[in-house]
Amino acid sequence: MSVDTATVKKVASLARIAITDADAERLAPELNNILGWIEQLGEVDTSDVEPMTAVIPNALRLREDVVTEGGQRDAILANAPQGEHGFFTVPKVVE
Amino acid sequence: MADVTDLGVAALRDGVRAGTFSAREVADAFIVKVSRAKTLNAFIVETPDHAIAAAKEADAARAAGEALKPLAGVPIGMKDLFCTKGVQTTAASHILEGFKPVYESTVSQKLWDAGAGMLGKLNMDQFAMGSSNETSAFGNVISPWRRKDGGNAPLTPGGSSGGSASAIAARLVPGATGTDTGGSIRQPAAFVGISGIKPTYGRCSRWGVVAFASSLDQAGPMARDVRDCAILLENMAGFDVKDSTSLNMVVPKWEAGLSGDLRGKRIGIPEEYLVDGMPPEIAALWQQGIDWVKDAGAEVVEVSLPHTKYALPAYYIIAPAEASSNLARYDGVRYGLRDLPEHANLQEMYAATRAAGFGDEVKRRIMIGTYVLSAGFYDAYFTQASKVRTLIARDFERAWDYCDYLLTPTAPSAAFALGEKMADPLAMYLNDVFTVPSSLAGLPAMSVPGGLDKDGLPLGLQIIGKPFDEQGVLNAGLAIEERAGFVARPEAWW
Repeated sequence: MSVDTATVKKVASLARIAITDADAERLAPELNNILGWIEQLGEVDTSDVEPMTAVIPNALRLREDVVTEGGQRDAILANAPQGEHGFFTVPKVVE
Repeated sequence: MADVTDLGVAALRDGVRAGTFSAREVADAFIVKVSRAKTLNAFIVETPDHAIAAAKEADAARAAGEALKPLAGVPIGMKDLFCTKGVQTTAASHILEGFKPVYESTVSQKLWDAGAGMLGKLNMDQFAMGSSNETSAFGNVISPWRRKDGGNAPLTPGGSSGGSASAIAARLVPGATGTDTGGSIRQPAAFVGISGIKPTYGRCSRWGVVAFASSLDQAGPMARDVRDCAILLENMAGFDVKDSTSLNMVVPKWEAGLSGDLRGKRIGIPEEYLVDGMPPEIAALWQQGIDWVKDAGAEVVEVSLPHTKYALPAYYIIAPAEASSNLARYDGVRYGLRDLPEHANLQEMYAATRAAGFGDEVKRRIMIGTYVLSAGFYDAYFTQASKVRTLIARDFERAWDYCDYLLTPTAPSAAFALGEKMADPLAMYLNDVFTVPSSLAGLPAMSVPGGLDKDGLPLGLQIIGKPFDEQGVLNAGLAIEERAGFVARPEAWW
């Protein structure tokens, strides 16, 4: 499987990272090099193997469905690059 | 009076308890050392006030005749991956520059509750992605060690916990926190001649630790010796309802349980770790380690971990995949950097923010992760890697039928020069060849110094143990430490 610059741009777009054409040219061989190396995993016979989901067996706990730490609007907004009237603000998304 | 900055965690704790020196004297001495070591670039933020406040509390408690807390009088360094309330936490990334958490990570809170003070936030590889501390947005950390060839080439302290390693080796802090996803505690510890332990996955809460690869990330201590690691780990570990993978188990008294007597223990030597091109000095150190554990009474057996060679490629699917999901949160909306070009819409703002905020290695891993998780490739890459991970864990489980611990080198080389491997990401990834398999299996593992190479640089030995057997790992580490007699330290040139 070889990654071309169009694929690099597609992946960058999925990852929400702006890249230039020059970045894509540089990244394509880099990613190919790494992906080519990890493809050796294909030679392992895993036909009867379950994928690992928990590295140390540990049952997921349940808790009461109640608010644990509410009422902290100002703390939550404290690090926002932009906030107004108690909300995060973003560029307009609806006309 | 002897220089208190030459003392480790246990000696500082005991000295303050005994009144040999005050906690304030200790804090002041380390604060001066930190302030004079800017060349090493080990700290992103210095927090002398935090260390002094903790010291005052310790001295006041002692004056009042109260029992002192377990770490009273001990100032430490905090890797900048741990959220610290009101103190900038960046994961060494531009995208979090200026971020001051409104909460404290569980691990750091436990350390403060135990009486420790903070000397500062330690530099690291950006988002813990790196093995040389060259991916930090705040500049490279420089190792206090230099080769004895007179060239004085600046060396890497290893990574990602490079600031922790450099600061401890330079005696700027007696101990520090690290985090280990694929070797980020053990490899830097080996490179600078100190000890460090990654406990069993789930021992230390991940709550408030900036996430890289959540199924692998685990916090642990780094310090000058095994005892100091045991003391710090006791005060970092413990069940936390805020981390869904936290182990609900009692924290053992690891310090009290220390014993370098390995009689009745079997130590496995995994044949697959004898990799092609292993430098003769690393192989010699490994043999030396085998002789040491035999001397401590252990029986040495050869074992096989047949899927070892697939650990690194599996890791470089799983870790980037998890990272690409975890790092989706950096969107320029809730915290950190926002880059909003004129007339940009929301999607363009995300992309511009992430392009400006993330470093090259972080972008590389996010893109690999995004690719391997994308439609059509998920099964071939991510599912296959998760199955291989099962096989790697199974290899270890089978090995435990024949032995109690495994002994290996920590890294395939001594510290390399800054810049030496940055051009080739794959060469850099290979540095974690001995540490990644145990990370994938969630096992406790530690590095202890074994000796120096021909250039006078430290080399480390790694002990890997069964799940929850940190005590056994620490004890095997202690047995090696007692026989290695490692006292070398870098000359203070900085």
